[in-house]
Amino acid sequence: MRRNLTAYGFLCAALFCFTVFAWYPMVREFILSFQKTDLINPPTWVGLDNFKAAVQDPAFGEAWLNTVEFTVLALLCGYAVPFVVALVLNELRHARAYLRFVVYLPVMLPPIVAVLLFQWFYDPGPGLFNQILGFFHLPPLAWLDSSSTALISLVLVSTWMNMGSATLIYLAALQNIPPELYEAAELDGAGILKRVRHVTIPQTRLILLLMLMLQIVATMQVFIEPYMLTGGGPENATVSVAYLMYQFAFSQMNYGQAGALGMLLMLALLLFAAIQLRATREDRA
Amino acid sequence: MRRSTGLLLVSVIGVSATACGSSEAPSSSAPNSVTITVACQPAKSAPKERQAWDADVAEFMKAHPGVTVKSTDQQPCFDPKTFGPKLAGGQMETVFVVPVTNYNDVIAQGQALDVTPYTSTIKNWNDLRPDVRELVTKDGKVYGVPNVHYSVGLVYNRALFTKAGLDPDTPPKTWAEVREAAKKITALGPGFVGYGEYSGGNTGGWHFTQAIYGRGGAILTPDNKKAAFNSPEGKAVLQNLHDMRWTDNSMGSKLLVGWESLMMAMGSGKVGMMLGAPDVVTDVVNKFKGNVADYGITGFPEAKASLSGGEAYMINPKATPEQAKAGMAWIDFRFNTVGKGRFDFARGKAIGNPVGVPDNDVYGDSATGKALQAERVKNASLPVTNYEPYVQAAVTVPPKAEPVHAQELYAILDVVMSGVLSRKDASIDELLADAETKANTMLAAKG
Repeated sequence: MRRNLTAYGFLCAALFCFTVFAWYPMVREFILSFQKTDLINPPTWVGLDNFKAAVQDPAFGEAWLNTVEFTVLALLCGYAVPFVVALVLNELRHARAYLRFVVYLPVMLPPIVAVLLFQWFYDPGPGLFNQILGFFHLPPLAWLDSSSTALISLVLVSTWMNMGSATLIYLAALQNIPPELYEAAELDGAGILKRVRHVTIPQTRLILLLMLMLQIVATMQVFIEPYMLTGGGPENATVSVAYLMYQFAFSQMNYGQAGALGMLLMLALLLFAAIQLRATREDRA
Repeated sequence: MRRSTGLLLVSVIGVSATACGSSEAPSSSAPNSVTITVACQPAKSAPKERQAWDADVAEFMKAHPGVTVKSTDQQPCFDPKTFGPKLAGGQMETVFVVPVTNYNDVIAQGQALDVTPYTSTIKNWNDLRPDVRELVTKDGKVYGVPNVHYSVGLVYNRALFTKAGLDPDTPPKTWAEVREAAKKITALGPGFVGYGEYSGGNTGGWHFTQAIYGRGGAILTPDNKKAAFNSPEGKAVLQNLHDMRWTDNSMGSKLLVGWESLMMAMGSGKVGMMLGAPDVVTDVVNKFKGNVADYGITGFPEAKASLSGGEAYMINPKATPEQAKAGMAWIDFRFNTVGKGRFDFARGKAIGNPVGVPDNDVYGDSATGKALQAERVKNASLPVTNYEPYVQAAVTVPPKAEPVHAQELYAILDVVMSGVLSRKDASIDELLADAETKANTMLAAKG
C-alpha cells in the first residue's frame, strides 16, 4: 500500500481533474438539457422541449450537414496529408529536425493568431492568396465570401493549424517500425509504394485507427474557425453544430437548448466511437 | 482542432458550473454601511478616463457616507457571453450596463431588479424621454435607468466626399443619392468602398432591421406572432443593396462579419458611408484611429422610423434594498447629472475626450436635455457642425424598439443579407420567403 502511495496520489489528482473539468460538466449539461433556466431563478423541468426546440431551429439541419461535410473534407486533408508528410520526413536524411520544427510550428501559434493570419490570407483585396493567384494571372477567388468556397476555406485553416501534431504522432509510429522489415521488403524487390502498402500501413494500423477516431471527434466539434472567420455565413454555409450551440447559449441566452444540442452532438460522437471500437475489435479478433 | 474541444469544454463548464454557483449578492458589512460593485470603470490603458472615474467614485463616497463603491473594469462592460454565468456565479456587479439590444432578454429572464420603488432617487427621472423609459418598463415595472439613447443616421467620411468631388456639407438625403455618392467614392480607386454594410454574426440582421424600419417596414406583425419583413420595404432594402453591390460595385467585395469589421474599415478612411448612430463616430475615432475631422453624420435617408439604440444601467436582482438604493444613487450621480460624471463635458474636453458628438438624446428636449446640449456645445472639442444635419433630422424620426426574439431573428436575417451581398444571382423573393418561413417556425416554437 505504502509502496503505491505515490501512484494513488497521481491517480487522485487525475480523478479530481476529470471529475471537476470533464465528468461533472457533462452531468450538468445532461441535466441542463432537460431544464429551462435563466441562471438566476430555480430551473424548471421541461422534459424534451429543449431537444424539440433545438431540432426545430432553422439552422439545425444546415449545421449538421455542414459539420459532416467539414469532417469529411477535414479528413481528406487532415488525415492523409500529415501521414504523407510524416512518410516524407521519415525518409529524409538531411534537415529532418528543422523540417519537423517547421511542420510543428503552426501548432505553437495561438489559434486566434493563426485564424487572424488566414483572415488576411483570404482577404479578397490585398489578401495573400489572391495576390498569388494574380501573380499567375488567375482570377481572384471569393474564399470566405462565397457559400461555395467558404467551408473548404475553413478546412484549409483547420488542416494548417492542426497537421503538425498529427504528423509528429505518425512520425513517432513510423520510427518504431523495425528497419529489417523494410530491408526484407527491399530484398524482395518492393518499391516505395509497395513498402508503404505492405509494411508501413499494417505496422501503423493501430495509430491510424486511433487518429481517425480522434480526428473525427475533434473535427465534428469545429467552432473557432466559423466563429472567427465567417460568423456561420455566408447564407449559413459554415454554421457548425458547435457554433450553433454557442449561438443558443451566448447569443440567445438559451442555455437549456444549447445543452440539448450538446447532448445530441455527444450522442452522435459516442455512437460513432462505439461503432469504430467494435469494428476495430472485430478486425483484431 | 483539439483546441476547439477545449474551448467547448470551457463553454460547457462556464454554462454548467456557474449554474450552481453562489447565489450571494455583493455583501454589505454592517447595518449602516453598504458596499456596492459598479461596472464600466475605464481600462488601465485609458489612464485619464480611469482617473476621472476614480475621482467620481471618491466624490460619490464622500457625499454618501457609509457607501463603499468598488469598481470593475471588465471590457466591454456588457458581454452577452459572460452575462448569465456572471449573474449566476455571484460575480455580477451590483450596478451593470445593458445595451438596448438586450433589454428584452435581460428583463424577461429576471436578470434585472425591479427598481420601480427607487426611481425617485434619479432626480431627473421625469425628464427622461417617456418612450425611452418605456423600453426598460415591463408590465408597469421599471427595470433600469436609461442613460444613453440615439437613433440611426448616415455616418459618412467627409474627406472622401471632398476627394470624390461631392459636397460634404450637403450629404445624401435619399437612397438614390446615397447610391450615386457611393459610386463616385468607389471610383477613387482600388480599395475604396462607397457604402459599407454588415452581413454576418447577427449584425447583418440587425442592420437589415435598421434599414427596413427606416423605409417604414416592420420585422414582425403587431401581435409579434408572424414575420412581416417579406414586404415591399424589405425587398426595397435588399434590392438597393444588391444593386449597389453587383451593378455599381460600390460596396467592396468583402463580406463584413461582426461589429468590428465595418468599424475597422470605416476607421481606415476608405469607406464612404454606413448606417450608424453617432456613437459610431466616437468609436471610429477612439478605437479605430479614425481622423476626427473626417467624419460627419447626417439624417437617416428617407427615414420613417428609426431603430432605437442606447443603454441603461440596471441593478443586480440579488442586491439588498440598501445596495439597490446606493446603486441607484450612483447611477444618478455618475450617469444622469448635468456637469457630473459622464456629463462633465468640461472635464472630458480637458482630458482629451471627443466632446460634441450628439450621441445621446436620452433627455430629449426637456429642461435637462437642453442643459446637456448647451454644455456639450459649450465644451465641444469636435466640429459640431459636422453633426448638425443629423441633429436636425433625428428629431423628426420616431424611434422604434427592437423586435422580440431579436437575436434569433437577426441570425435568420443574416442569411438574407449575406445572400444578397455574396451572390449576384441571388433571388430576393426566395431569400425573403425562406427567411419568413424560418422566422414563422421559430416564432411558433417560442409561442
